[in-house]
Formats: sequence, structure tokens, C-alpha cells
Amino acid sequence: MDPDILMRTVGLSKRYPGVLALDSVDFDLLAGEVHVLFGENGAGKSTLISMLAGATEPTAGEIFAAQGGPVRFASVADAQRHGIHTVFQEFSLIPTLTVAENIFLGREPMIGPFTDHRAMRREARRMLRELDFDIDPTEIVAHLSRARQQMVEITKAFHGDLKVLILDEPTASLSEREVDHLFEFIHSLRARGVGVIYISHRIQEFARIADRVTVLRDGRKIATVAMKDATDRTLIEMMTGRSISEIYPPIARHHGEVALRAENIRSPGVHGCSFEVRAGEVLGVAGLVGSGKSRLFRAVMGLAPREGGRVFLGEAEITHASTRAIIRKGMYYLSPDRKSEGLDLIRTSRENLALNLVMSGRGVSRGGLINRSVVNAAADRIADHVDLPGTYRDKVVSQLSGGNQQKVLFGKCFGQEVDVYILDEPTVGVDMGTRSRLYLLIKELAEAGKAVVVISSDLPEVMNLSHRLLVLAHGRLTAELTGAEISEDRVLEHFFDETGAA
Amino acid sequence: MSRKDTETGAVALVKKVFVRVGVLPFFLAGALVIFTALSSKFLTGQNLFNVARQSVYLILVSLGQMVVLISGGFDLSVGTAIALTSVVSALGMVWLAALMPDAIWLAIGLGAFMGLGAALLIGLVNGIGVAYFEVSPFIMTLGVSSVGAGLALFLTGGVPVSDLPYEFADLFGFGRLWGIPVPVLVAVLCIAVMWIVMSRTRLGTRIHAVGGNIKAAHLSAINTRRTLLVAYMLSALIASLTGLLLTARVESGEANLGGTIALESIAACVIAGVSLRGGIGRVGNVVLGGFFIVLVQNGMNLAQVSSYMQMVLLGILLILAVIFDQIRYRIIVSGR
Repeated sequence: MDPDILMRTVGLSKRYPGVLALDSVDFDLLAGEVHVLFGENGAGKSTLISMLAGATEPTAGEIFAAQGGPVRFASVADAQRHGIHTVFQEFSLIPTLTVAENIFLGREPMIGPFTDHRAMRREARRMLRELDFDIDPTEIVAHLSRARQQMVEITKAFHGDLKVLILDEPTASLSEREVDHLFEFIHSLRARGVGVIYISHRIQEFARIADRVTVLRDGRKIATVAMKDATDRTLIEMMTGRSISEIYPPIARHHGEVALRAENIRSPGVHGCSFEVRAGEVLGVAGLVGSGKSRLFRAVMGLAPREGGRVFLGEAEITHASTRAIIRKGMYYLSPDRKSEGLDLIRTSRENLALNLVMSGRGVSRGGLINRSVVNAAADRIADHVDLPGTYRDKVVSQLSGGNQQKVLFGKCFGQEVDVYILDEPTVGVDMGTRSRLYLLIKELAEAGKAVVVISSDLPEVMNLSHRLLVLAHGRLTAELTGAEISEDRVLEHFFDETGAA
Repeated sequence: MSRKDTETGAVALVKKVFVRVGVLPFFLAGALVIFTALSSKFLTGQNLFNVARQSVYLILVSLGQMVVLISGGFDLSVGTAIALTSVVSALGMVWLAALMPDAIWLAIGLGAFMGLGAALLIGLVNGIGVAYFEVSPFIMTLGVSSVGAGLALFLTGGVPVSDLPYEFADLFGFGRLWGIPVPVLVAVLCIAVMWIVMSRTRLGTRIHAVGGNIKAAHLSAINTRRTLLVAYMLSALIASLTGLLLTARVESGEANLGGTIALESIAACVIAGVSLRGGIGRVGNVVLGGFFIVLVQNGMNLAQVSSYMQMVLLGILLILAVIFDQIRYRIIVSGR
């Protein structure tokens, strides 16, 4: 075995009842490299790392740890004894306890029957210093930013020597500054010879940190490539197994009237943004988490505090209108979080679709009585339209897959007649098949003369769908690109723009 | 079909009924078997008719409670709404009847409106607290229930208000129309109205949506605050109507009416499959749930269970119902 190899798998497979989640994957991690795992949801990334982390056992195949024969990890703690530490997406911190208490949770140093708080603080301080984290061990965890909480999580995982660090979508909820901080930390680990396995679907991050990328699809390894030889296009085509033009339909642009105009919008985290959207165009909005891209439109919709600026929907001013009034006047907002604010999870798909129909007065008699059969027929037409299979329509939404839930959420858009659609992360956590279906719906809306705003953290998505693209950084518009100007280099350049020139 | 198949078929049926309607059919069947065994008087037409008549009051209050539960809240102040209605309407009727002895029905009508008004005020305060100040429904209605109970006692000095107009009790307490007791008629009317409201109007859809996911409801252009306010006002209004019927029945305004009805109505709803998480509940089942609670009380009386022991059993029943509700919710969400 190559002395630089920290970890290696041969023919690693995992079978769950009815599904082969991982199919004979060979993977290796070198000392001092950042190895990205890239793939869609369900591609097998999580299955692979859960076996590397010791959380689950493989059905077939072998894992080799540094310089040794095959190993079997009985538990996460067992993997940690081999120097393999994992930070999962879900944090395991107790927000009301201090940093030190969290780090030593369940393993508190004791003096007789009492916890030794002083030793705990001292040890925690030493560990944090060793990792170069500037965090006070007496601070309450709830008071820390997400990024710092993540550092505590890393510190907590970090007992004994660290050879391999596995990070599962670490930047999913971090702001750009926090991402910078995390990347600095990863670079310092790499310099020390630690191997980092990094799971992410944010392709724009790869150029900054990745040495190699392994692409998974449907449980199989497609390829491992050096980042310097890869382009976003090839990675996406490997991930999806389709060419870019198959995924993103060309959308004809009709230059209509201005449908939505916002002037100098201010809200917490948004420092004066102006834009307009025309009927028949797709306006993309890109930016990192914390750039204010979602905030801006939530403020426009009255979902975030409005501290200044004016908003016009067509001719009518809606600056101070309630969200409800704005929806009635013809602007719809598709929530990025289908579970917490999009869908009623305990009701069926049909009932979820019916809600918006009934609220817009479809199938309601003049006397105010609802005609269920009319409403259900209309809901079924919408379900047909978004390709929701018949068997799922009477199922409670919580039982559906993410992709089908997202179809229901999209279907709610069609429950009322509106002119402007604000789609906030319209394909978050959705497989490629569903995505291409949803993109066709977006195309259809725009070509029917609706104004469509697509806010997305998925850079290829916004770049390929948009006629015009706004880039936000630090709560300011940093660029407005049109047509052929939309290129990845230009967008990325403005992601980190400090000046807010545009 | 082999024996094993029929067994799994039966289990599947039980599960299907449980997921669809909840624990009520099983509790009802259990109660019928147990009390029939304990007392020969239990399963007679006369007794069941009595239970139906007595359960009118609890059924009504449970309908209001159901609305609030579906909206995702609680109403612990239904008993207070009843007591305050009773005291205020009785005081009003006695006072007005003395002022205008010739227009006794006007006095009764106005007195009743005063009672309804007092209860609506309770619903309004509950609704404003929960919807606009986002106070937890539990604490809000608990506090209001103390305020209302205190006011009812203060107004009467703790002494029942007697000498109500004879006609009031005669019609609403003991009267019959087309041979049917008036309270039963009122209940039937209320059940029909609530059924239409909850399943056939936008208000019902709104209440379900708010209880199911309030943020999603907000993004579906629903005025969530006003919907919550209306839910609490509806609950108070129905409780108040019950208070009037009870006042007529006992022929006096009493501040201690409705003492245990908050617990009983929540029990009736939960047993009838109304989810404590909001969003789920059906009018028809709640009517049966109210009937069931009174049936159990009647059965325990016939079996000579002491009233103290009855409290214990009712509490246990409520807790069991909540546990089964939890299990049912898990099944609905996971689909297994």
C-alpha cells in the first residue's frame, strides 16, 4: 500500500432492504489531501461516509486503514480510535450548555462524585488552542455562530490524534465569512498531513479546496478526477449522466412590461438593493448563504422586516402590504423549506393542493360552500401537470420522497392566478429527474408571460436558467449579468466582492 | 385462506380503523361490553336515550374545543365561559324581568345576549393573547379561566342567582318541540352547522391549514391571526350556548357550572381522534366522543363506582387516549 494512503476501500457495498445503496466502490484518501465526494441525493455519498465513520457496517467489501490490513469498525467511537473523526450534518451540541461542557459531555472529569469544572475548562481551552480555534470555553453554545458551533463540534469529535476528518455538507448553513474561516481551518489541517473527506454539492466551492473529486451516481463510482483537470461542466455531466443541454431547457425570452420593481430595499442583512423583473423573463439570483439573496425577496414579500425602500407590483405600490395581500395582488413565493413552511405534512398531496385552490375561490359557491368534487378535480389537473403519480395523491405528504414533495409544493403555485413567481431554492434536495421536470415548469411559466425569479445556491442552475442574473454579496448587489455575460468566473468573482460596486 | 392470513387480515383492519378514526371504536366497544356485564340496566333503550340527552352539553362544548384543538391550540377556559354566561345571563334576566314584567321574552332574550356577550369577551381575550401576542394557548386560557371564574364569583358573591323567569327554564331546560327535548334540537342544529363550517367552508379549511402548518398557511395567503381569533371566539360562543342551556336546566345562575368540562371536552376530542398537534379532527367523531364520555360516566354510576374513583378513571382514559394519539400520529407520518 502506498505509504501516503490513509484510508482505502475495495469493493465496498451496502445493501438495504430492496435497494443497493452503494455498489462496489473503490475509494482512497491520501495524507494531506482534500477529497470531495460529489453526487446527487441518493447517489451514495452518505452511505459511503457512514461506513467510513463507523456508523454502519458494509454488506460487502473491505476498508483498509493506514498501513494495515482490513478493519471493521464496530462503532463511531471505534473509528475514532483509528483517528477517523466525522462531523455529521446534524449537530450534537446542547445549546444551553457551555462550550467546555459540550466538549466533555458524557466524559466529564470528576473529583470524587463532583464534576471538575476547572479541569474541564482548562482541557477545553488547550484543545481549542491546539486546533487554532478562537473560542472561549465558558461561552454558551447558543450564543455562538453556526460556524463556531461547527468548530466546537469538530473539537468535540477530536479526541486523540486526528488522521482523517470527514465533513458532511459543512457549509450548508454557513455564511460566507464562516465558510472562509472553515476553509482556512481545512487548509491548515491539510498542511499538517490530515486527510479530509468533504461532502458537498456546491460545485463552486471545489476549486477553492478540493485536490481530488470522486463522483458517485446511483450508488456507483463514476470516476475520481484531479480537480485541476476537471471543469464544472464535466463534473455535472458525470454526476447526472446527462449533458447540460438535456438538463436545462432553453427558455425563450419575451421582453414584457416591468412586473416587479424594487428600489433600495433595506432589511437586516440587506443594505439597499434595487432591481426589476419583466414579464416573460427569468431573473436568477445567486450568492452565498448570508449574502442576503433570500432575505431580499423575503423582505419584498413582507416575510422579513422591511426597513426601507419601495416595492411596486405592476403599477401598484406594495411596500407596506402584508404577505397575504401581496399574494392576492399577484405575487407568489415558493418557500425554500418545504417541510417547515411549505407543506402541511399530515395532509395528503391533494389536500395540500386544494388549500391554495380553495383560498383563491376555486370551487367555492357564491354562498361560501366548497364543492369538493370540483376542487379535487382541479387539484388532480395540477397533479397531472407537475407529473405527480396518481398513487401519491391520496398519500400523506410526509410519506413522499423529497422530489415528490417538491412537486406538490410547485403545484401549490398553480392554485392561484399570479403574475410574478419568486422561487426560492426551487430544487433543493431533489433528484435530477425531478429537477428537469421542474425546470420545464419554470420554462412554461416564463414562456406564458409570467415574471419568474429563481433564487438558488446551485450555481449551474441559476446560470443556465436565467436570462438575467443578479449576484449578491454582503447584502449588496455586486453584479447584474445578462445573457452571454453569465459565466462562472464572472459570477464567482462577484460572490466575494467586498465593494458592492453595481 | 389459511388461519394466519385471516389473522393478519384482522390486524390490518384494526390498524386501518385506528389510523382513520382513532381509538374511539375500540374504547366504545370496550365500554359497552364492560358496563353491560356490570349492570343489567345499562344496555336498555331508556338508559341509552338518557345518556344521549345528558351528553348534549358535553358534545356542544367538545365541538368548540375541537375547533381550537384543530387550530393547534387548547381551550381550558370553556368551563369559565359557561359559568360566566350563567351568572351574567341570570343576573340580566332577573334584573330586566323586574324592569319590564310585561315583556318577559324580551327580558329573556336580552339577558341571554348579555351572557353570550360576556363569553365572547372571553373568546376575544383568548384569541388576542394567542394570535397577536403569541402567548402559549395553555397559559392564556388557564389565566383567562381564573379571571372569568373570579368575576363570576365576584358578581354573585358565591350565591346562586335564583328567581329566573319561569318561561326560560320551561322552554330551554325542559321543553320539547315536536316531541324532542329543546337542548337536543339545539345540539343537532349546532352539529349540523359545525359540520358544514368545518368541511364545506373556507373558514374550516383555514382552521385546518393553520393547525397543520401555520407558516405554510401564511404563505397560502391565509390570515393566520384572524383565523386563530375566530377559532377561540367560536369555542367561547358554543360554550356560552351550552351555559345558557345548563342555566335553564338548573333554573339558576351558578358560578360553579362547568367545573370539569374543560378536561372532559379535551378527553372527548382526543378520544375521537382530534390531534393535540392540530390539523386533524372530524365533527362526527367528536359527537361520538362526547357521547362516549357521558356513557362511561353513566355506566360507572350504574356500576356504583364512587365519584372520586370516577375522576381517577377519567384521567386515566384521557392519558391513554393521548398515548394512542401519539402512536397514531407516528403511523400517519411514517406510513407504516
